[in-house]
Amino acid sequence: MSETVSNTGPAATSSPAAASDNTAQQPQPASREPHRSMGQRLAGLIKRPEIGSIGGAILVFVLFYALAEPFRNLASFSTVLYQSAALGIPAVAVALLMIGGEFDLSAGVAVTASSLAASMFAAQITGNVWVGVGFALVLSLSIGALNGILLIKTGLHSFLVTLSTFLMLQGLNLAITKLVTGNVATGDISDLAGFDSAQSVFASYFNIFGMSISIMVFYWLAFVAVATWILLRTRVGNWIFAVGGQGDSARAVGVPLNKVKIGLFMGVGFAAWFVGMHLLFDYVTVQSGEGVGNELLYIAQAVVGGCLLTGGYGSAIGAAIGGFIFGMTTQGIIYAGWDPQWFMFFVGVMLLLATVFNAWIRRQVTRG
Amino acid sequence: MTQQKGHPLIRLTDVSKSFGPIDVLRGINLDVAAGEVCCVLGDNGAGKSTLINIIAGLHQHTSGRYTVDGHDVRFGSPREALDLGISAVYQHLALVPLLPVWRNFFLGSELTRGVWPFARLDKAQMKEITDQALQNMGIVVKDLEQPVGTLSGGQRQCVAIARAIHFGARVLILDEPTAALGVKQSGVVLKYISRAAQESGVGVVFITHNPHHAYMVGDSFAILSRGEIDLRARREELSVDDLIYRMAGGAELESLQHEMGR
Repeated sequence: MSETVSNTGPAATSSPAAASDNTAQQPQPASREPHRSMGQRLAGLIKRPEIGSIGGAILVFVLFYALAEPFRNLASFSTVLYQSAALGIPAVAVALLMIGGEFDLSAGVAVTASSLAASMFAAQITGNVWVGVGFALVLSLSIGALNGILLIKTGLHSFLVTLSTFLMLQGLNLAITKLVTGNVATGDISDLAGFDSAQSVFASYFNIFGMSISIMVFYWLAFVAVATWILLRTRVGNWIFAVGGQGDSARAVGVPLNKVKIGLFMGVGFAAWFVGMHLLFDYVTVQSGEGVGNELLYIAQAVVGGCLLTGGYGSAIGAAIGGFIFGMTTQGIIYAGWDPQWFMFFVGVMLLLATVFNAWIRRQVTRG
Repeated sequence: MTQQKGHPLIRLTDVSKSFGPIDVLRGINLDVAAGEVCCVLGDNGAGKSTLINIIAGLHQHTSGRYTVDGHDVRFGSPREALDLGISAVYQHLALVPLLPVWRNFFLGSELTRGVWPFARLDKAQMKEITDQALQNMGIVVKDLEQPVGTLSGGQRQCVAIARAIHFGARVLILDEPTAALGVKQSGVVLKYISRAAQESGVGVVFITHNPHHAYMVGDSFAILSRGEIDLRARREELSVDDLIYRMAGGAELESLQHEMGR
């Protein structure tokens, strides 16, 4: 390949404004302008996928700060953070999956399936909760892998595949729990071996600045950090964007599309397991009918956070901010003294606003 | 990477392809040499797609010989063709629109630093190499972080071609790279194709149904008609008018014109 290039001029002779004409036949400066102007920086910031959710978070915060007096209390903030984390951990994994172009409707009941499996396996078979925890992990990852493999083998849309697994899991949760325990909930496991250590790992609390903060909040931040790093700094992250953006192109240049998709579903399985373990060791017993409806909240958070339903675009930080918005809303409604039933209405409003705003952002991005 | 100009890279001898009882290609003879642009022209349904799919390893030929560097081949997948340096750039399959230019350039072949599980993308180096590879070929993009979808159609084609060459393509198969482009953008791509052949020494199979585009860059021409090669000629042997005439259906078109009495 030739090193000499005839039609690229030295950088100094041409103003950066000339670079706006980007056809190949024009003489161009050899290097681009290193310092971007304030306007360009602002434009770059607006193009971040999470910008809409940041605006939404500020809006919701101001709203409840003004309306709900207890909301201004620092201690209530720890409850907000806890709510955000419990919803937000699966949402981060769901966001990665959606960037990879797929849905998971089974994530909500998968959380409950994991808690139930750990609880019943420990109580009925081993007597040690850690073995149950391990069993639940294997089960959750298998559910994720099954979703991915079904998707690839059947060629169906992930909406249909995971709707099926959602319904199956919902049935299994109730049926197996009733079969094993004779009840719709599992028994108390707090007297089993290993319970205290497991509780300290999954469901302990820290006192910081006079607030009692759940360990889940730290795990949530860790999930977001790792997911962001994977997305933006690793090969796998590049592949996730690519398989979601244009799967055929990605496959054509050698991206292992099937592995990426199965891996993403297993990531959701892992997050479901994690939250499932928290709920188990926080509440000691598990209601087998729980979790239904949460899958849509996970998806809603990811979408509020800037993920496109069509894939290929979004961020884990955005999903985290989406979770924070939902956490503030749940608690804000209670602090404002409203009926908690208003929560879903607010979720709907925010989802609608976010989707419209994000669609506008995307048009700006693709326009350049 | 520069190869001896004129060195034969791929050769099809009497290649035929049937899908069940339907013969799609019959007795195709075609060769592509290093540094040369071989234009394959033909109407819709003439068998162009099948021909390039055979060359690129997507399909296998039913009979005849397909040799690369003189060795018989029968590819089981595009990956095998790619390993021998035969790379197809499809019009709509080339790039991921929402992904930044540099991420697209290295997609599937990303450079990393550090050891697993801490291996991270070597962003600086990838951006520099992308920048260099594009500049070498005279493509200028404003910002390598901009999504590829924001580039013009011509630039997108050029980025896809530059990527194929950077990753070791010796034979480039370009499937209608100018079909969806305007005049100016087509010019960008044609200029780039000719430059790629001359400077990098790659052999180019240029599929098009535009004889003007073909004549601007082609060293040799093959017109495909109903699964057979209707004309095989070198540039010296014909004018652009001949090419247009033959491409349009030649005598057939003339009789049609006569029939319609205009």
